[in-house]
Amino acid sequence: MLIKFKNKDQLKASDVTDESVYLQRRQLVKNMGFLGAGAILSSAIAKNAQAGFFDSAPAKKDTVFKTTELKFTTDTKNQSLIKTPENKIITHNNFYEFGAQKNQPAELAQNFNVDPWQLTISGECEKPIMLDYDDLTKMFALEERIYRLRCVETWSMVVPWIGFSLAELLKKVVPNSSAKYVQFETLYDPKQMPGQADRRLGGGISYPYVEGLRLDEAMNPLTLMSVGLYGKTLPPQNGAPIRLVVPWKYGFKSIKSIVSIKLVSKQPKTTWQQLAPNEYGFYANVNPNHDHPRWSQASERRITSGGLFARNRIETLPFNGYGEQVAHLYKGMDLSKYY
Amino acid sequence: MNAKLKTSTKVLLLKVIIHLSALLPLLNLYYLAFTDQLSADPVQRVIHFTGIGAFNLLLITLLVTPLAKILKQGYLLQVRRLLGLYAFSYALFHVLNFISFDLQFAWSLFFNEVVKRPYISIGMAAFVLLTLLAITSHNALRRKMGASWQKLHNFNYLIVILVAVHFYWSVKSELISPMLYILLTIILLAFRHRKIKSLLLLLFCKGKK
Repeated sequence: MLIKFKNKDQLKASDVTDESVYLQRRQLVKNMGFLGAGAILSSAIAKNAQAGFFDSAPAKKDTVFKTTELKFTTDTKNQSLIKTPENKIITHNNFYEFGAQKNQPAELAQNFNVDPWQLTISGECEKPIMLDYDDLTKMFALEERIYRLRCVETWSMVVPWIGFSLAELLKKVVPNSSAKYVQFETLYDPKQMPGQADRRLGGGISYPYVEGLRLDEAMNPLTLMSVGLYGKTLPPQNGAPIRLVVPWKYGFKSIKSIVSIKLVSKQPKTTWQQLAPNEYGFYANVNPNHDHPRWSQASERRITSGGLFARNRIETLPFNGYGEQVAHLYKGMDLSKYY
Repeated sequence: MNAKLKTSTKVLLLKVIIHLSALLPLLNLYYLAFTDQLSADPVQRVIHFTGIGAFNLLLITLLVTPLAKILKQGYLLQVRRLLGLYAFSYALFHVLNFISFDLQFAWSLFFNEVVKRPYISIGMAAFVLLTLLAITSHNALRRKMGASWQKLHNFNYLIVILVAVHFYWSVKSELISPMLYILLTIILLAFRHRKIKSLLLLLFCKGKK
């Protein structure tokens, strides 16, 4: 007869913290607010280290999303730009699908599944197509593009993206004469994206996230479909497996984890524009002369290396310094009206 | 041990706890920020941390009086000033962070932002008032000021309302947290509805004359 002795240290199924609770443990600790040194210290530590003295969660190692090396041609023209360190680019993200705090996407997105993936390009075109995960990195020759990224919140970075021009992709589907705009959509999957399931975590914006460009903006050679950064495939917090990068527009235009690109005849209603039309326009071109109603856009803080004392406030340039390549797109337009 | 000594020990203990819970997080925050371990953008982090810390401390300060009444523990009132001074200290760091680390002493930008951006104007107004309260919190000044001291310190109610609006107005889209704070503010002010009503009546009647 087999007699089973229960080991005291053995955990029962009921002892296991529910994953959704576990994933939000830092938010939970933070939400407790100022309840004393313990609460506030542990939240401060938990945000920055793996585990603090007061962390009640066991020291479980988070699984880290696996990225792979990419083959690409290097950007020889922009090597002189001081790049933002990789660890800052992949830990400071606005990707509300994984939490509205900057540190949350890096913490909550590591189990995001990007393979299999389906990206459909459809709408007003002759040859709609669907790309799968392998197509994203294999269909087009990849190149490095070192771009400035200017967030509407007035911080900025310099990112070495890997990708291909959106124009190449659009040429493949042959837009018809009714195609005037391009509408992009992020994946909608509340099971994988906790911000879509929880209004507070997700910052109270509507999902799926929608962005748009005018067709000529989309066809501009600067407009990039990015599949990687710093030589490797994108981590999920930066928009894996494929995202848009429009360097002369505020960062929120550069939509992440795209599942649909649609050629349309009417200007799409974009997510931030719907939420606060007086603050975020459809164009959202970087413009130091047009302030956000609640803060100035005349200057920005460039995030590179260096802590609190980095003297990094610099003037913001019209079209984020890409005026030569894109200013002609807006000839005769009142940019304070079409912001 | 007699009852009197016991109370003073309790107050002392409470004060030690308050000092530690207010100072340690602040030290930890700046240590991490100075050594560049506080996320990719330590500037935003220190601004938010001290801002929300100041608001939390203000609310705790407002909680003391109703709590002392409900629990019938009058000695609690003796830590009100300390809590208020820490609320001011956090607010001071909040403003200094904004000027030194975010704007990096671009004074013209600072004055422009204070004048042009309503949420910053409101925050600054609250900070100026809070500074006045902090300065006049000294016992000697309190005695000198007589009845006008209480009048000045009633502005605390206005300050907490201004801070709540400042927070609500500053966020990009996530309104649930600021709403919760507004709710807490309303609850804490509701404990004093009679006093606030009479203050408003006084103001209203003066205006009529």
